Amino acid sequence: MTSVQVRDVSLSFGAYDVLKQLNLDVPEGEFLVLLGPSGCGKSTLLNCIAGLLDVSDGQIFIKGKNVTWEEPKDRGIGMVFQSYALYPQMTVEGNLSFGLKTAGMAKDEIARRIARAAEILQIEPLLKRKPAALSGGQRQRVAIGRALVRDVDVFLFDEPLSNLDAKLRSELRVEIKRLHQKLANTMIYVTHDQIEAMTLADRIAVMKGGVIQQLDAPQVIYNKPVNRFVAGFLGSPGMNFLDGQVAGGAEPAFAIAGARIPLDRYGFDRVAAPGKAVLGVRPEHIALGEAARAMPFSADAGVELVEPMGSDTLVWTKLGGQGFAFRVEAERHLASGDQLRIGFDPARASLFDGQSGNRI
Amino acid sequence: MAEQVLRAAPDLAVASAVPARTSALSGPQGPKPRRRFSRRNIFIYGTLALVAVYYLLPLYVMVVTSLKGMPEIRLGNIFSPPVEITFEPWVKAWSTACTGLNCDGLSRGFWNSVRITVPSVFLSIAIASINGYALANWRFKGAEVFFTVLVVGAFIPYQVMLYPIVIVLREIGLYGSLWGLVLVHTIFGMPILTLLFRNYFASLPEELFKAARVDGAGFWTIYLRIMLPMSLPIFVVAIILQVTGIWNDFLFGVVYTKPDTYPMTVQLNNIVNAVQGVKEYNVNMAATLLTGLVPLVIYFISGKLFVRGIAAGAVKG
Repeated sequence: MTSVQVRDVSLSFGAYDVLKQLNLDVPEGEFLVLLGPSGCGKSTLLNCIAGLLDVSDGQIFIKGKNVTWEEPKDRGIGMVFQSYALYPQMTVEGNLSFGLKTAGMAKDEIARRIARAAEILQIEPLLKRKPAALSGGQRQRVAIGRALVRDVDVFLFDEPLSNLDAKLRSELRVEIKRLHQKLANTMIYVTHDQIEAMTLADRIAVMKGGVIQQLDAPQVIYNKPVNRFVAGFLGSPGMNFLDGQVAGGAEPAFAIAGARIPLDRYGFDRVAAPGKAVLGVRPEHIALGEAARAMPFSADAGVELVEPMGSDTLVWTKLGGQGFAFRVEAERHLASGDQLRIGFDPARASLFDGQSGNRI
Repeated sequence: MAEQVLRAAPDLAVASAVPARTSALSGPQGPKPRRRFSRRNIFIYGTLALVAVYYLLPLYVMVVTSLKGMPEIRLGNIFSPPVEITFEPWVKAWSTACTGLNCDGLSRGFWNSVRITVPSVFLSIAIASINGYALANWRFKGAEVFFTVLVVGAFIPYQVMLYPIVIVLREIGLYGSLWGLVLVHTIFGMPILTLLFRNYFASLPEELFKAARVDGAGFWTIYLRIMLPMSLPIFVVAIILQVTGIWNDFLFGVVYTKPDTYPMTVQLNNIVNAVQGVKEYNVNMAATLLTGLVPLVIYFISGKLFVRGIAAGAVKG
């Protein structure tokens, strides 16, 4: 069953269109991540689903009910914000119970729900404290608890981990994933952090300019990005882009200065018209030395720069006169000036149209 | 490096009475010594002291004069402390000084002022805080226009509206009464107070407001349960602004009230500017100090909160 449906939703502030005729279906129990750079409309979309922003056009359904004009409280949603948004003058208990009291719920039911949420999130010892006396991670836990006690169908997360430091972020990330497994609610999660998106999502919707660029499972988005924007947005370090000419026909190939990359193993989405194109290769798909020679394409390259990153090392070189980076394990010691053989399998690369940037 | 250490060695030998540390640390160490009477300090504190004296001198003269008897004042030495301290002028200013036909001193004006100030402050702040909250958080249709009109209102000189308001008050039967003046003060406090509150509420995190809406709270619940408890500083600022502003008001008081209902400032003026009889400088000084006492007390007890509130509203808006 579909949990959240967004139908042709548009939103404009004056002449500026933030969302353009956007459609989205989220099945029950799915963890959907809205991913995109700032200003792409992902938070706006979430606020529209929550009912905190009125749409200019279109409809929103939650559990089959048209909630386009409903108040946030009547939509069956719980929301977690980036800045936690805990009421500073109330204790943790007060924060958790505020919505329930407003709804006029019976005291023992409120107590029961708070106890359950506190147990799930392990915040029982904090119940009598004020938010100011909590750490960032504890505050975000309480904020999640506030959504939890509402016993809703859909959880909305608006960049909930962005204010936390790296260590806490990865801890809470795991916790949110565990929570999703336990509750099996629908969760819609906005972030600009691709690692959060990759690790948490059942599906990712990559957004740009108020439009969903690609909506698919993380691995598909990672391996088969539909356009150059999606390809460049996901992956760290980012994908290498080589400008060149594509030649179709019986023996398709991609030509850059001084090299010809055979594309006979590449899975074309459509017939490639000869002309300008961009070949995208992920740094982790590049092999060295003997392994490189075994690849369908290999070339000699000189090391320009080495960036050790702890677990592995990023090596910068040039291919056909264009910057090209690849990853090697940290044990492998390379220095600038070294000559080596690099190679990759074009079947794992992505080819984009030179003009539109769409995948070929 | 080794050479440097060697060169530093003789210096160390001289200072060997002091427990020796590692040779590399032979230079200055520890907190930098500060000279209390440096040229810079003398200049700074000297200037401050001078300015402070310049500002406090009139107050000193007033206090001293108010504690002298008239014969002593006639000697003409206004800076000398009183030879014989008397509280007679204070008592007279408060309870027996005459203005026109009334001879019950400033006390009448004081209670009038209290009866004007308290409801005016309460009403204007209550309404303005709700205005500010609605403008900052609920972007209703026409909010921008409404806000612009209010801001423009803050710049219209009072004098332009004096007479029209007389007519309005007369028509609704409030002219000359305390409640008429309360109404005027409430209206004239509106633009600047609304601005103040709007900016403060706009500086509170918007997500808090959103969270409350998701929790099902409406306009009044959010205002009373979420916003009010977080707004003590700005309320203190507003109270100070209004209490001092309304207490010190002279123009509206003299225009919209009658002798019986004159606020303290108007009555003070009438005492000090009385043309008949001897000028009783000591009574005048005591009366002036009495009138100024209320704002002064407010400043003293709320100074810290005032600064915090102004800063809180100023960060974002």
